[in-house]
Amino acid sequence: MSTAETSTPAPRAPRLGSVRWISRYGTLVAFLALIAFNVFVTPNFLSWQTLSLNLTQVAAIVIVATGMTLVIATGGIDLSVGSLMAIAGALAPMIFLGSILPMPSPALGVALALVAPVVAAAALGWFNGMLITRYRIQPIVATLVLFIAGRGIAQVLTNGNLQVFRNEAFQFIALGRIFGIPTQVAIMALVVGLAAFVIRRTGLGRQIIAVGGNEQAARLAGIPSVRVKRLVYVISGALAGVAGLIVVARNSASDANLVGLGMELDAIAAVAVGGTLLTGGRANVLGTLLGALVIQLVRYTLLANGVPDAAALVVKAALIIAAVYIQQQAERA
Amino acid sequence: MLLSMRGIDKSFSGVGVLSAASLEVAQGEAMALVGQNGAGKSTMIKILTGAYSRDAGEIDFRGEPVDFRSTAESQAAGIATIYQEINLAPNRSVAENISLGREPRKFGLLDRATMRADARAVLRRFNLELDVERPLGEFGAATRQLVAIARGVSQNARLVIMDEPTSSLDEREVAVLFDTIRTLKRDGVATIFISHRLGELYAICDRVTIMRDGRTVAVSAMQDISRIELVRAMLGRELTAFTARAHGEARVHEPLVEAKNLAAGLRVRNVSLTIGKGEIAGLAGLLGSGRTETARLIYAADRCDAGSVSVEGRAVAYAEPADAIRDGMGFVSEDRKVEGIVPEMSVRENMTLAILPRLQRSGVVDKQQQGQIVDRYVRALGIKCASAEQPIRELSGGNQQKVLLARWLCMNPRLLIVDEPTRGIDVGAKAEILKLLRSLADDGLGVLMISSELEELIAAADNVTVLSDGCSVALLRAGEITEERLMTAMAHQQEAAA
Repeated sequence: MSTAETSTPAPRAPRLGSVRWISRYGTLVAFLALIAFNVFVTPNFLSWQTLSLNLTQVAAIVIVATGMTLVIATGGIDLSVGSLMAIAGALAPMIFLGSILPMPSPALGVALALVAPVVAAAALGWFNGMLITRYRIQPIVATLVLFIAGRGIAQVLTNGNLQVFRNEAFQFIALGRIFGIPTQVAIMALVVGLAAFVIRRTGLGRQIIAVGGNEQAARLAGIPSVRVKRLVYVISGALAGVAGLIVVARNSASDANLVGLGMELDAIAAVAVGGTLLTGGRANVLGTLLGALVIQLVRYTLLANGVPDAAALVVKAALIIAAVYIQQQAERA
Repeated sequence: MLLSMRGIDKSFSGVGVLSAASLEVAQGEAMALVGQNGAGKSTMIKILTGAYSRDAGEIDFRGEPVDFRSTAESQAAGIATIYQEINLAPNRSVAENISLGREPRKFGLLDRATMRADARAVLRRFNLELDVERPLGEFGAATRQLVAIARGVSQNARLVIMDEPTSSLDEREVAVLFDTIRTLKRDGVATIFISHRLGELYAICDRVTIMRDGRTVAVSAMQDISRIELVRAMLGRELTAFTARAHGEARVHEPLVEAKNLAAGLRVRNVSLTIGKGEIAGLAGLLGSGRTETARLIYAADRCDAGSVSVEGRAVAYAEPADAIRDGMGFVSEDRKVEGIVPEMSVRENMTLAILPRLQRSGVVDKQQQGQIVDRYVRALGIKCASAEQPIRELSGGNQQKVLLARWLCMNPRLLIVDEPTRGIDVGAKAEILKLLRSLADDGLGVLMISSELEELIAAADNVTVLSDGCSVALLRAGEITEERLMTAMAHQQEAAA
């Protein structure tokens, strides 16, 4: 301490160490390298269809992972997102098919089906936040509650039945296009853009980072850490709800057993590969987007070149280890 | 002598912590070990128990030179250490805890009956009748401590080290603990007793060893040293004619914040103080006297059990620091790392953390205004950083402290509470910060300054409230603030006040 105290003027060279550089831009480099590799190796890679396919496959993950990024930035984690997707995915068809309440008009049914499930998922996110802030339960345990119970609730709601439907208005959120862009991709872009803006430019964003970086200091600086924490779980829940709607709309079917299965882990993986510290205090929303894209592209590359999906899972795991390892090295540097 | 440590040197990465320190304890005696923060008490203990290695010096224990390489070795040799937060297993039973690590076995299996009988026998020595099958965690702090002591003694400890054993105990529990120490003495077991409560030292200890700046400065029989002599030896320096700063006569300041009869937990029992507009009110007291805790109560970082706080004559009851901030208060904690900086955030963001609500236009931070504030204070306080975007953790302690001061100054506060504002920062920055506080006070800011450095209080404060054992025992006004008076008040005997 006191040795470092001598008032050295601080003109530090702006050069980054190589490890730091990799940790900051590694995901981007990996992303560009994967694209370059595919351009030369995978037939027909540079096509509108490939782009559209990859983006639509990644949209739901990115939406959930964005909420997860905010939660992780506060030093928490949300394991319930997959189950909340299942609940939202179960509720929506029940609403527009009129199996809860008879709908006076189809338009009202669809509107309600788009809003109510998201509100329900947000409310469950609020419940997560309550467990964590009021009862001081560790986030991993608190959200495990809904991870387990949530899927059960979804199954009870639907009596365990598969709901099959065809409803063009509702399915617009997955299958439709806005100015030629698949709606789900547009929603993803909107969510990522908004979250990145919140983190970078708003007071709330700064508060989220401060609570994750040093909660005691944040509280003594007057930041309402309890409110901030609850809010990120509400956002994470709501975004899981949106993702649930997109997934069932894409499949024209809702199966409470399958919607969002394993999503929490995919989302956490995207956050980790994207360079957000799992210990909190940092949030890199664009990194999360890139992380999800890299994971998706690796899988696509392997599949397109004849490697079976099972093997692709191993590669995905290796990718996560590499990302976390590089981050740790950068921390030590 | 049971224990003799002589000429102990120790330095950490070039910084000397102990130099030629010594400590001697006779069989069956209770030796008090006292000193300010950083005097070297705990380093001394860690070297004794083998947690640290020493750079030089000799240790004899039970007449033989020893060189413990781990705490396990010193334990085996008969030294038991009881820490403040006892590291036993709260979920296991009392009996299991007492025999932890050397459970009696029969045919390779745990012999629970013997375990329980042994535990009861050990506890009986201390007149403790406990249900030894209940989990330890269900008992109070005092009982847990006694169990830890019993465990140490049952391992044939000849020397028991107690580090601040009474800090979480109430009076009745302290009495039980003292009975235990007397039992130990009778059995010829020696005790090293580390405490900041002077009254306790006189009540239970036979002799005292006083450390300061890594040296052993005095050893005395307890009855041969007065409280004031004890405090003087701890705080150092022969008394000089160092008196209150000359600036101005005792001005009467309009009261800004008044705290009356504050109490919370065991640390703050009855504190009243007033901070005037435009004055630096000092808060002095030995370690553990309740200084920081009092400040945290005023700032609503902790809850009061009793007492009241008023601001400009209006009673306030804040629920959270955020309420105190809205009312114009700021708080710079003594622990920069844990309660001050957000290490990963930049200088800019750390500085504007508290003022964020005022920088927002419908939720979006006004970057331009934020930049202006940061530029102004970086320049005004001479903060040395590569740029405002540099992470604060890369700054020196003094510069971090200036950023934290700026965090509050940019809010135009009415009251600024600074807890050890110059701890761990270099001499130049120290003087700058004190000068800054002075000029702010001259502009009408009320400052509550906690410091354990007497000359700092003498140089900077307009008046000093002295705490002893959780009670405010004296108020020294300008002209009265001298080392002699401060020390006398700090050494104040609680019984006399009651």
